[in-house]
Amino acid sequence: MIHKKIYQLSLCYLLIINPLQAWEISGSVGIESLAFINQPLDAQQHPHYLSGVIEGELHHEWDEGNQVFAFVPYFRVSQYDNKRTHFDIRELTWVKSSQDWELRLGFRKVFWGVTESKHLVDIVNQRDSVENSDGEDKLGQPMINFAWIQEWGTLDLLLLTGFREMTFAGEQGRLRTQPSVNSDLAQFEKKGFERQVAYAVRWSHSMGDWDVGFSHFYGTSRDPLFLVKTDDSGQVSLIPYYENINQSSLDIQATIGNWLWKGEAMLRDAQSDRTFASTLGFEYTFFNIANSGLDIGLLTEYSYDSRGVFAPSLLQDDFFVGLRFALNDVQDTQILAGIMIDRVSQAQFYNIEASRRFFESFTVDIQARFFNGAPPNDPSYFLRNDSHFRMEMTYHF
Amino acid sequence: MKKILISLLFCLSPLVQADTVKGLEIMTEVEHRDLGWADMSANLKMRLKNKNGDEHERSLRMKTLEMQNDGDKSLSIFDSPRDVKGTAFLSFTHALEADEQWLYLPALKRVKRISSSNKSGPFLGSEFAFEDLSSFELKKYHYDYLGDEVINGILCFMIETQPQYEHSGYTRTLVWIDKQRYIPIKIDYYDRKNALLKTQTFDNYQQYLGQYWRVNQSLMTNHLTGKSTALIWENYQFRQGLTERQFDKNTLKRSR
Repeated sequence: MIHKKIYQLSLCYLLIINPLQAWEISGSVGIESLAFINQPLDAQQHPHYLSGVIEGELHHEWDEGNQVFAFVPYFRVSQYDNKRTHFDIRELTWVKSSQDWELRLGFRKVFWGVTESKHLVDIVNQRDSVENSDGEDKLGQPMINFAWIQEWGTLDLLLLTGFREMTFAGEQGRLRTQPSVNSDLAQFEKKGFERQVAYAVRWSHSMGDWDVGFSHFYGTSRDPLFLVKTDDSGQVSLIPYYENINQSSLDIQATIGNWLWKGEAMLRDAQSDRTFASTLGFEYTFFNIANSGLDIGLLTEYSYDSRGVFAPSLLQDDFFVGLRFALNDVQDTQILAGIMIDRVSQAQFYNIEASRRFFESFTVDIQARFFNGAPPNDPSYFLRNDSHFRMEMTYHF
Repeated sequence: MKKILISLLFCLSPLVQADTVKGLEIMTEVEHRDLGWADMSANLKMRLKNKNGDEHERSLRMKTLEMQNDGDKSLSIFDSPRDVKGTAFLSFTHALEADEQWLYLPALKRVKRISSSNKSGPFLGSEFAFEDLSSFELKKYHYDYLGDEVINGILCFMIETQPQYEHSGYTRTLVWIDKQRYIPIKIDYYDRKNALLKTQTFDNYQQYLGQYWRVNQSLMTNHLTGKSTALIWENYQFRQGLTERQFDKNTLKRSR
């Protein structure tokens, strides 16, 4: 009887108290068209792909906002490419915060770094590379993250429980390497627990004009090396090989007037070699030009990677120059146009991105990406026929 | 005839002569009466209207922390439009030095330090510039008292202010301050060419904690474009025990 009363009371509590800090559901549904200009290198690939995407978010805050629960499931379905059709838990997390610490558990996304053309120090999450060729999308990473928040900055301790392999386009998909990557045969330097668990620590702080972060990571590398393998039937494929690494990194930004000065650098120790890489640059913005609300930003960055053509990125000795337009209109129209040029091979990559809102709850994103002039020894050579247009229309609810 | 006119002007001139000492005195009293509220939170709706009458709405939640001998700290979280839901803006304002500002982009979980030189640009595509919404600090302006005037039946001091900080979009503003309550009733904004650009009116003030006046509605009209933005404030709350910890990058990443 008493139990029943307590049950009824708690039900009342849930029904009456909770709506004030209600469970909130939001998300987006999108449809994407990916169109290629040139014939594919492999006859299995296609000139055009349609795709649909849905992302939901269940969000709950209580304890005066000191505790947060969030669940963000994600699903994309793609025509032809069975590897791009995928489900992911972007977030399934609980956060408890207190005056000088925060505890964050579950599947989460973490972003480290400051530069725009390359995210060198951003190492916690695996990239969801089938999502978009810009590499900005990431897979949810299970973790225990304790943040110690003090006058001298924030010290984050992360135990990353569970390794997630990089996603690759399927045989029929684009963009992909030639030959394609066979992730079913992925190899690892470490086995079992050692392969699954990684450790990271990061100190970050803001001091006046300066925002600084210093991080160290130990565990299985998110970026694989690729081994060439020929099977019994003579079929060649690439096999990802994930090494164990120690990586120390620094990211720093100075914000002075209209200037943003940015720098990232990392040192990585692996069995195969020791790597130094860095990205340095600036962004200068002309605000509210002729009182029109228009902002124009000029971006320049240079990236270096000691691995050269074996680097896991196209940017290993490259300059990036870009222009960012923000109209600051009611539709929040934004355009980013950039070009990356390899200093040695002169290979170029052109990228134009535009986004705009319409009918209050819809957005449209258009991207145009062109690859040009890569010689056969350049890592972007396999993308020579993959210049494309991508358009996505999204409804937000 | 000309002589008479000139002498008349001389007689009148003391009445309309700029009085810097009195201007500063009045604005010091404005600031003084609004000290001690500690922290504040409120919900804010923006209604954007263009010449054709098309309307767009934005909603956000704002928290502000009063700082001793420095500009306020504020955290704004956007609820709508839906595509920017969860985007959050953290700002440490200062009187004359550059403000410190960070933007949180929820899709990437990225906190970006941004330049605060953008004072005159529009906030969320509205008729409010960033500088119109930043916290009032006495040192930001030079003041001249120009006389008294009745606005909407309220007897006001008329003050001319000239921004002393960099990157302002205004040469000056005219502010009408209620003589009784020491709160703004109307502001005229003059652009860099000293032409009247915008007018802001304040309607329906309410007093909190027996001292602090807060406006429920404020309308900004752009005379050049015919566009307007109404700000509607709801659910003001004070002294909730917020600390600087609620205005740091860790909290920014948690906001939603």
